[in-house]
Amino acid sequence: MFGYYLDMAWRSLKRTPVLTGLMVLAIGLGIGASMTMLTVLHVMTDDPMPGRSAQLYTPHLDPLPLNHKQGGDSPDASANLTWPDAMALLQSHRATRQAAMAGGTLLVHPAQPGQQPFYVDGRYTTADFFTMFGVPFQRGGGWRATDDAASAHVVVLAASLARKLFGSADAVGRMVQLGDNDYRVLGVVDDWAPKPMFYADATAKHYSDADLFFLPLSVAVDKDLQLNGNQSSWSKEALGKHSGSMSWLQFWMQLDTSAQVSAYRQYLVDYSAQQKALGRFQRPPTNAKLYTLMGWLAHQNLVPNDVRLQLWLALGFLFVCMLNIVALLLAKFLRRGGEISVRRALGARQRDIFVQLGIESALIGMAGGALGVLIAQLGLWSIRQRPDDYAHLAQMDGAMLLGTLALAVVASVLAGLLPAWRACRVAPALQLKTM
Amino acid sequence: MEIRPILASLRKHRIPTVLIVLEIALTCAVLCNAVFMIGQRVSAIRLPNAIDEHSLSTVGLSGTDEKTAGSDIPRNLAALRGIPGVQAAGAVSTLPLSHNNWGWSFGTSPDVSVFNKKTVNFSLFFLGEGADKALGLRLLEGRFFNADDYADSSFGSAPLPETHVTLVTHSIAERMWPGQSALGKTYYTTSHYYTVVGVIADVLRPNIDGQGEASNYFSAFYPMSAEGSKGNLRRYVLRSAPGDRDRVMRAAEQKLIELNPNGVTKSAIYSDMRDQYFADMRSMAWMLVLVCVVMLAVTAFGIVGLTSFWVGQRRQQIGIRRAVGASRGHIMQYFQTENFLLSGAGVVLGVAMAYGINLYLMQHYEITRMPWYYLPVSAVALWGLGQLAVLGPALRAANVPPVVATRSA
Repeated sequence: MFGYYLDMAWRSLKRTPVLTGLMVLAIGLGIGASMTMLTVLHVMTDDPMPGRSAQLYTPHLDPLPLNHKQGGDSPDASANLTWPDAMALLQSHRATRQAAMAGGTLLVHPAQPGQQPFYVDGRYTTADFFTMFGVPFQRGGGWRATDDAASAHVVVLAASLARKLFGSADAVGRMVQLGDNDYRVLGVVDDWAPKPMFYADATAKHYSDADLFFLPLSVAVDKDLQLNGNQSSWSKEALGKHSGSMSWLQFWMQLDTSAQVSAYRQYLVDYSAQQKALGRFQRPPTNAKLYTLMGWLAHQNLVPNDVRLQLWLALGFLFVCMLNIVALLLAKFLRRGGEISVRRALGARQRDIFVQLGIESALIGMAGGALGVLIAQLGLWSIRQRPDDYAHLAQMDGAMLLGTLALAVVASVLAGLLPAWRACRVAPALQLKTM
Repeated sequence: MEIRPILASLRKHRIPTVLIVLEIALTCAVLCNAVFMIGQRVSAIRLPNAIDEHSLSTVGLSGTDEKTAGSDIPRNLAALRGIPGVQAAGAVSTLPLSHNNWGWSFGTSPDVSVFNKKTVNFSLFFLGEGADKALGLRLLEGRFFNADDYADSSFGSAPLPETHVTLVTHSIAERMWPGQSALGKTYYTTSHYYTVVGVIADVLRPNIDGQGEASNYFSAFYPMSAEGSKGNLRRYVLRSAPGDRDRVMRAAEQKLIELNPNGVTKSAIYSDMRDQYFADMRSMAWMLVLVCVVMLAVTAFGIVGLTSFWVGQRRQQIGIRRAVGASRGHIMQYFQTENFLLSGAGVVLGVAMAYGINLYLMQHYEITRMPWYYLPVSAVALWGLGQLAVLGPALRAANVPPVVATRSA
């Protein structure tokens, strides 16, 4: 029966090519626009560390004084940690792995004569960073905790920077000048940049930045290297990386079991209470928080409002298209009152008519979905040409592709429901009399 | 024109009637808001900025030693002024719309602190000698900085300049001392104070957030000596004829590299910098325009499709009306009036929805209230669209010959 209905649907659609074309175009445009924006949202809210994200956590303390008022356009001063707090958490070793970090920009002086110096972005961090995040090494490896303690002048380079500096030669063991100091290359990592770059400060371009070098955090503090994130201070005491009233560090840790997680939560509260007793903190210790990776991303709300607005706009547009299709299908089906009556008179049940018309709408949906995929690819291509930070990520994966087709068919079958129901309730006798 | 028979016939086709009204309403609602958002972006992209935008190019120089800045900067400037076509050159800390913002909050009384709610956040611009002329700042009141102001200003250990003179924009003057002349007035922060020696026309901040807000222009300017600049005068501004900008910029970059072998330069023509600042906004505006156009087209085609169907269905009725004396004009009018009523209902509903959507967006997306005139304008636009869309089917209906009445369907 299915094949027969399909054949009937095909014939009926062929009879009204303009109307069919209009419906396919409308559903294609609506689906194309919606899927473009859904894909953008999908890649922007994707898990940056699949397989690891569930074990990664970031702690937050509230060291601000009671009378501190957040300025309207200034960044949240308690979003980052101060040096004393980060060091206390690091040295407590309560997590399986933990690392403190901050972003920095340094001037690289290539050893080869004739090459101009240039700026690169990288990260100052501690030894566990590489194992905790599973950073893939091409050659060599990261540094050890003893290097952190000794402020050893060692560096890990990203493959693209190593290639730029040393060509195809092995960079491990070579020296590189960053800023005013020389560092020995310990390892080379694949160009590695989680999207979004969840561990970076709020000022980072989370979807397009990448770290090209990694230096021990202790070196950055010793040599007072330049930072490129927010540095928020809340007292008149001299500014400086060691200050207990300037926040500038991010902190991440790996907690494997739920017991570890709840123990750490308690530890953060206890630590805050202890600091309050010492007079350093003034606010309630229960302000201390432990975020999961995905929870932190949700808290930071990296998706720009423009993207959400565009998604709403696209969905509104899809809804207009669907209303349009409902009206057109209704017109089309009701016009065939005579044909339906003849089929009913020959023994077709209401259900059969309903299924037949449903298949016709699904066919339109399939065609519209195919067109929608094309339009969505065009839309994503146009987004990739845009200047936004996330633009280059706008690519459709297999799941989104199938989702597009499914959405198109569901939308058009839904749009066909009401017209098909109206059409199969045609009174055959009345129609036949006027034929 | 009799409306009653039209209403009677619409009542018989309740579902399609409701659908088309809903479609028009939704289109109207989305259109209002989208056009409003486009308008906001366009006005942001066009925000006036009282510097000589079309004559400026800029070269940033970093990687040089801060300790020798006292002799380096004058030497660099002398070399830049020697480039043919350069009308003026100066060193500055930052430029409007450069994203490189140095903000600080100030109050009008000496007992303020940084976190006091009553303070106002300014963007700080530091000017090397001659930079006011290079930028083309426009003085409204008072004077520009003099040689002594420049010589006396430097950076100490505080993140604020050690000077007591400042130029403020007209918007700052209005905000801090409404209704009074700002000249000679002083603004304060903990441990520092500055006295206004001149008021200049509004210059945009390095970062702006809202649209049409006075705070976009809260830019304050301070003199800075080359010796005391501590690496804060790293951007050279060159003024030339618009046609010379590209050549002047390249020549300046080359000259600066020659003079500072360790330096790293980054150059841009100012109008490109401004375009780049608004590139996101511009692409969003175009995307909104595209969606509006496509949505209007879809709605128009929906009206064409449905009216065509109704015309087809009523061929016999039309034939009868023609046979009993209705003119072509009458038939046309019938369908046009019908569409007028449908669009009218849709537009009324749509205007209410548009207002509701705007209220929702205001709460969640930092969007301002839509001015009332957007509503009637888009209502009229949709009415016009409906009449255009119905024209084809109505003409076809008018061409139905009276003889159809005598044939069976």
